[in-house]
Amino acid sequence: MRQFVRVASWVYALAVYGFIFLPVVVLVLFSLQSTSFPIPPFTGPSLRWYEAVLSDVRLTSALVNSLLVAALSSATAVTLGFLSAWGFARFVLPGSGLLRGLITLPLTVSYLIIGMGLLVLFNWAGVPKSLLAAGIGHVVINLPLCFAIIYSQMGDHQINIERAARDLGAPEWKVLLLITVPVMAPAIFAGFFLSMTFSWDEFVISFLLTRFDTTLPVEIWNLLRSGLNPKTNAVGSLVFAVSIVLVVLFELTLLRRKPA
Amino acid sequence: MNPTGNDGRALPRAGRALPWALVTPALGWTLLFFVLPFIAMGLSSLTAHEGGGFTLTNYSQFFTNPSYWQAMVNSLEVTAIVTVVSVLLAYPFAWILAEQVPERWQRLALMLAVLPFWTSYVVRSYSWLLVLAQNGVINRALTGSGLVTEPLQLANTRFATVTGFVHFFVMLLTLTIFANLKQLSPSYRKAAADLGAGPVRTFLHVVLPLTLPGIMVGAFLTFVLCIGDYITPQILGGNNELLMPQLVMMQIGRRGDFPLASALSIILMAVVTIAYLACARWLKIERA
Repeated sequence: MRQFVRVASWVYALAVYGFIFLPVVVLVLFSLQSTSFPIPPFTGPSLRWYEAVLSDVRLTSALVNSLLVAALSSATAVTLGFLSAWGFARFVLPGSGLLRGLITLPLTVSYLIIGMGLLVLFNWAGVPKSLLAAGIGHVVINLPLCFAIIYSQMGDHQINIERAARDLGAPEWKVLLLITVPVMAPAIFAGFFLSMTFSWDEFVISFLLTRFDTTLPVEIWNLLRSGLNPKTNAVGSLVFAVSIVLVVLFELTLLRRKPA
Repeated sequence: MNPTGNDGRALPRAGRALPWALVTPALGWTLLFFVLPFIAMGLSSLTAHEGGGFTLTNYSQFFTNPSYWQAMVNSLEVTAIVTVVSVLLAYPFAWILAEQVPERWQRLALMLAVLPFWTSYVVRSYSWLLVLAQNGVINRALTGSGLVTEPLQLANTRFATVTGFVHFFVMLLTLTIFANLKQLSPSYRKAAADLGAGPVRTFLHVVLPLTLPGIMVGAFLTFVLCIGDYITPQILGGNNELLMPQLVMMQIGRRGDFPLASALSIILMAVVTIAYLACARWLKIERA
């Protein structure tokens, strides 16, 4: 019986791993195709489609746009998230529970609806479609996340060091810059990298709120109209690589916080 | 009431503005770019596309136009299938990772299992298109091995949409169920064994019921994320059948009909809220 469970477990786990990795392997493998169709048989390896991606100005500028939007919107989200988390943890505010609920509310609403709402509002207010508009949307989705991560990591331990600093005569701004920010650095970086990952991947808000200058996922979407193409594989593999780097950074920063 | 410090001390008069200065930017952002857009969407949904007067037709259309109604039915069906299949696939997988894989390999095994989770939505759906295409990997393997003579129509079907979704949610649910199984104290299992229960009975009467609340939370998350997604059905399902997010995007893209798109979005959100209220009883158990 035990032996049977063991074997069945192995078979099942391998099958699920196969299912999970099948599309990724196919994507990356056929990005190295040397002919024009990313379908069997495999004719590579060749890097010509990566060259095609890197010499395509639309894709490279979309890549730069994506990185820019991700970095700036994440920096904004993490700053607002950190300040409010500290405000709520450091002080007892009237209606605190309700206000914290308000900040985390966007987590429960789908991106499509957040994007739709901003589209309608900007349309009425005469704000043109732009990368800035998309960036604003990305802050909306990432602010609650940064807030939740940082707020959850603010504990008694950190409150006590802050109190010590204050009792020794440090003014509030000094406590914030010299004590709270360094102590909370892992949570701040974790929030930042997670936001980067989500902004980097986000499609529907950027699709609705940008026009000519756009982000990489939207540009990839435009590529899809030409059907299956190894160039799409190549750019998809690159996007995947960047995401993995961000996730690893996220894991490392969050895990480094091992309480001594 | 004035804010006080978390040490219970009253703040000096000059310091009373500080707490509000800290939380106002985040609150302001949320009000301006989340709450206000939502109100704008609500108002828009009540105005006529032509002329702009007050109207309820954007909502009544949903109930009178059978193709709109059908989109909601499709969405609910696909979401239900995806949720059930994903839970059924992910639970045994998470169980194997938590119980059968040696402790020191578990982190790595789990990390590998959720790695493709981080490919972007668009790329992931495109990858499945490659796999399922008329002359893609699966069809080549099937025809090559002589199992079928004609390539199967896999892409641009509901099957493709469901496959793309299940792929994503199996990873998400594996994460949540794995965490749940690991949180389970081993003393429960020992107690069951001491009382004479075999592994099967222990699983059915102890492990499964104790992880059920976690499954419910994961399933609800699956439901919410799945029913609001536009990319997967658009890329993989083609236009053979419309799901709600596709219908919403169609109103904006083809006709610039923001009022109707707003009304349909609000209806979609209402359905999610109703589902939440219906499940709230089970979702709450986790906090106890």
